[in-house]
Parts: sequence; structure tokens; C-alpha cells
Amino acid sequence: MTAATADDATRRDFLYVASGAMGGVAVAAVAWPLIDQMNPSTAALALSSVEVPLDSIQVGQGITVKWRGQPLFVRRRTPEEIAKARAVDVASLPDPLANNDSLPENAPATDANRTTKPEWLVLKGVCTHLGCTPTISTPTDVQGEYGGWLCHCHGSQYDTAGRIRKGPAPRNLEVPPYAFLSDTRIKVG
Amino acid sequence: MSGPSTYNPKSGIEKWLDTRLPLPRLLHDTMNTFPTPKNLNFWYVFGGILTFCLAVQIVTGIVLAMHYKPDAALAFGSVEKIMREVNYGWLIRYVHANGASMFFLAVYIHMFRGLYYGSYKAPRELIWIIGVLIYLLMTATAFFGYVLPWGQMSFWGATVITNFFSAIPLVGTHISTWLWGDFAVGDATLNRFFSLHYLLPFVIAAVVGLHIWALHVPGNNNPLGIDVKSPQDTVPFHPYYTIKDGFYLVLFVIFFSLFVFYAPEFFGNADNAIEANPLVTPPEIVPEWYLLPFYAILRSIPNKLLGVIALGAAILVLAFIPWLDTSRVRSCRFRPTMKWLFWFFVVDCLILGYCGSQPVDAVLAGIPLVLVARFGTAYYFGFFILLMPLVGLFETPKPLPASISQPVLGE
Ligand code: HEM
Ligand code: FES
Repeated sequence: MTAATADDATRRDFLYVASGAMGGVAVAAVAWPLIDQMNPSTAALALSSVEVPLDSIQVGQGITVKWRGQPLFVRRRTPEEIAKARAVDVASLPDPLANNDSLPENAPATDANRTTKPEWLVLKGVCTHLGCTPTISTPTDVQGEYGGWLCHCHGSQYDTAGRIRKGPAPRNLEVPPYAFLSDTRIKVG
Repeated sequence: MSGPSTYNPKSGIEKWLDTRLPLPRLLHDTMNTFPTPKNLNFWYVFGGILTFCLAVQIVTGIVLAMHYKPDAALAFGSVEKIMREVNYGWLIRYVHANGASMFFLAVYIHMFRGLYYGSYKAPRELIWIIGVLIYLLMTATAFFGYVLPWGQMSFWGATVITNFFSAIPLVGTHISTWLWGDFAVGDATLNRFFSLHYLLPFVIAAVVGLHIWALHVPGNNNPLGIDVKSPQDTVPFHPYYTIKDGFYLVLFVIFFSLFVFYAPEFFGNADNAIEANPLVTPPEIVPEWYLLPFYAILRSIPNKLLGVIALGAAILVLAFIPWLDTSRVRSCRFRPTMKWLFWFFVVDCLILGYCGSQPVDAVLAGIPLVLVARFGTAYYFGFFILLMPLVGLFETPKPLPASISQPVLGE
């Protein structure tokens, strides 16, 4: 009799654990579609690209175009701006990595790794702190101490290669994948 | 809701209901005979006012939702239509928009009240913690609501706040993308925020039910912070407190109306009258006034992850107050040191709020405000984490009266 009860108890334990486990699997299977539906839909994922004509941009000037719903900076740098960006010691930067989508992840943040042609700087205009659009420096209206961009939201400052120099932003402005179609036209994305 | 019921069904229908669904009994015990300390002062009227605010937001919100379109291309225009073409649309929207500010004003007074009189101390820890949960739900609801008119501040506020999650190592960017339903704030984001903005107030209503249920087990704390000793210490909720709460509710509605009718844009931000533009961030991003102190805490820390952690901790720490405060005495009336630290904390929150409203590089009388905000942040956390436990141990409280009735009767 006692043996039978003990036996019963173990069978019950097994049933409890097994149905508990199956219940857990069922809950997870139902929860996942409910969670994943919030991720970008196939329409949002369909990669879009944009072509940007460069011929109207003067030296020292920058433009902003819209790419995948976000701002994209295209800046034609002056020789001084290039020289300034090249003179920086990469080891001294807050973020020593290039953050260039066309290069390996561990590429150092040298000026050469931030550009394809030294004169042209192409960046996502999204501050790596909390996503505001930084304001560009012009020769007559310098923004921040490094001549690049200043993000007014919380004061992040970027240099003339779009690298973070001061403020709360942790990373350099992202360089999106892009290619020169000709000397005066690029395709981004 | 607890304790022996004094309900005595009289009519046939009351008796019939009482053995099936004793709703009249519940209402009778919670809102009529409920024994309430007789010394509750002005600062105790805000619980009722908060319930009123929630009802106002739900009623005006449901009406707004009949005219509002949660679509990035249509939202801004639909709010313009509410303002100009829908009959009384301007009134309903201004009541809803200012109602959110009134709601927060009331909740802050309500929370500081609890802090001053030690209402979070045993046996009321859960009332306090449920309150912190309500406050969290309110901030989420107000944040989602502020996105809906799809102005510049809606869009960029949403961008900055959803980017908080990108500070989390490894999975952070995936969480942001998941929240957006895209690679940036956009149509998908607006649509889901509308869904959540409609949902959360009803969740709040349910949690308010728990809050009141938990309150009705030990009953109200009171300005003396001592327990009710005898029935002489209490009066029935009705008519004593229904009349008092009703009177102050009328005053509150007058105050509320002054904003709705004479300064409807007082709490508003001019940038939100410009439609959302994903390419241009407004020169200053400022959250609604009720979030400014937390914004100042975020900005006072020059590191993304730590800033976001501090912001979260600033709210989370509230839930631990019942155990951080080591004092045996509840009310600050009898706590000579804590009283001052409390008032300094109130001022600290106001200073932080002011810092949060100013540009990052602002300087006041030669002092950079970031520095002020850093001291403010230090006091904010120091107050809870250091002062509360230590002062509770070392302070000598003043003698407590023997009962609630004693100081009144002067026995
Ligand atoms: C806890 C309660 C609530 C709070 C704190 C709250 C807060 C807000 C805020 C701050 C706004 C932005 C106002 C503006 O600047 O225009 C807003 C908008 C809106 N809310 Fe609510 N709300 C609440 C409840 C509700 C409910 C229950 C509904 C619907 C059932 C609703 C529907 C709407 C709609 C459609 C808008 C967009 C129209 C507008 O901007 O005026 N709200 N809400
Ligand atoms: S978003 Fe640029 S500094 Fe915060």
C-alpha cells in the first residue's frame, strides 16, 4: 500500500512537470508572434537607396538629404578641415573605431577610414547619443570646438570627420554604405 | 473592503443583491461608513482629485480618439481639425492637454505628502509601491500622448526617449528598433503609441483599484503619523470627507479652468505647433514640465549608459523608500532633522526642474547649470540612499501624542 502511494506520487510529479513544461512551451509559442509583430515589417525592411548629385555642393558646404526616414549628411570639406581631421591622434579619441559600414568593425577611426574620397564626407545625421540631428558648422558659423557638428540636445561635439570629441555621445557618427557612381554622383544604401 | 462590515440591507432589492453580488455593501463600506482619522488636513484631498483627473482624461480622450487619426501623414492635420472644425474640439483638446499637467501637479503633491507624513511606512508599504507603479504608468501614458499630435516636439521627444533603450549594451539597438517598428521613429511608431495611449489609462484605473483596496486594509495615515487608537479618533468618510474633498475639488476645477480658458498654451511648447520633420531637430528639446527634473539628472551625467541608468534609478529608488527610511516615527512633524532635509529635497526637485528646462550650456550668475544639476542629482540620490537610513538612526524624534484626539482635546 505504502509502495503504491509512493509510486503514485512520482507519476504525479512527472505529470506535473511534463504538463508545466508543455504549458511553458505553448506560452512562449504564443508570445513570440505577439512580440515579433512589433519589429520592422517587410515593407520597412525593404532596403531603399538614394542617389545624391554632388555637383551643386561647393567646397566648405554641406547638405542634408533624407534616407530611410532619417537625415543623411553630405559635406564637401575644405583642405583645412581635412588637414585638421588627419592631424588627430586616433588613440586619443573617445571612440577609436571607424563606425564605417563598408569597413570591418574593428577598423580604426582614421580620417581615411571615415571617407572614400578625402573631400567628401558622407554620414548618417543621427547623433549617437539619443538620436537628434546635429547642426553643421559653416566657415561663418562654427558649431562647437571642433569645427564639425554640434548636437544641441545634450551638447555632443563632433569633429570635421564626424568623430565624437566631447559630450555624452558614445560613438562616431555612422558612415553608411555608399559608392561613387561617377565623380559627381553617389549612391547611398 | 476589509474589517467587519456595517452594511445592513433594507429594501428587498438590496437584500436580493447582497446574497448575489454585494456591490452595495462594497460601496457602503468603502465610501460611506469607512472610519477615517479625524485630523486629515488639506494635503489629503489630492487622492480624490487624482481620481477625478483620471476620469477627465478618459472621457476627453475617448472623444478625441473619435476625431484623431493615428497616421504620420494625417495626425497633425487631424489635431488641427479638432482645434478648428470639430464642435467644441478646442475645449476638449485643451481640457485633455492641460488635464495631463493638472494630473501630474496633483500626483506630485500627493507623493510629497506621503513622503512628509511617512505614509509609506509599515503597514502601508504596498500602498506606496502601487502608487509608484501608477506614477510610472502615468509617465508612460503622458509620453505616448504627447507623441500623438505629431509636432516637432512630439517627434523629437519620442526620438530621444526611445533612444534611451539603445544605451543598453548588446541588445539596446534591437530594443529601440522593436519599439519603433522601423529604423527610426515614424508611422509605425505613432500607430502603436496611439494603441498604448488608449490602453494604459484603463490599466491605471485597475491599479488605482488595488491602491484603494490596499489603503482600506490599514486605513489612512494622518498628519500625526500615529495609529488610530479608538473610534473617537475617526469619523465616517461620508459626509465628513465627501464634503471636504468635494469642496477642494471645486477649487481645483476653478484652478484647472483658469488654464483651459485663459492660458491654454501655458504648458505647451511652441515647437509642437510645427509638424514633425525628421530632418531638423528643434534648437532646444525640452520635455513636458513634469519630467524636467529627471531630464536634468540624465543630462548631468556625461556618459550615455550611466545617464540613462541614473534616470531609471531616480524613479526606481522611490519603490525602496519603505526600507530606506529607518525611523520609527512616521510623520516629519516629529522629526526635527528630517523635516528640513525634506524641504530641501522639495527645493532640490524644483532646482533640477529649472536646470532641465534650460539649454545644456546655460550659465546662471557665472555658474554653469550642468554643475548645479550635478549637485542637485547628488542630493537627490543622497537624500534617499544616505540621509534617509542614517537620519532615521541618529535623529531624536519629538515625543508623540498619546492619540489623535489628545492634541485636539488638549487632555
Ligand atoms: C492617464 C490618462 C491620460 C493622460 C495623462 C493623457 C495625456 C495626453 C497628452 C499629454 C496628450 C498630448 C496633448 C497635446 O499636447 O495635444 C494626449 C493626447 C491624446 N490623448 Fe491622452 N491622456 C490620457 C488618457 C487618454 C485616453 C483614455 C484616451 C483615449 C481613450 C486618450 C486619447 C488621446 C488622443 C486621441 C490624443 C491626441 C489628440 C491631442 O493631441 O489632443 N488619452 N494625451
Ligand atoms: S542626442 Fe545628441 S547629444 Fe544627446
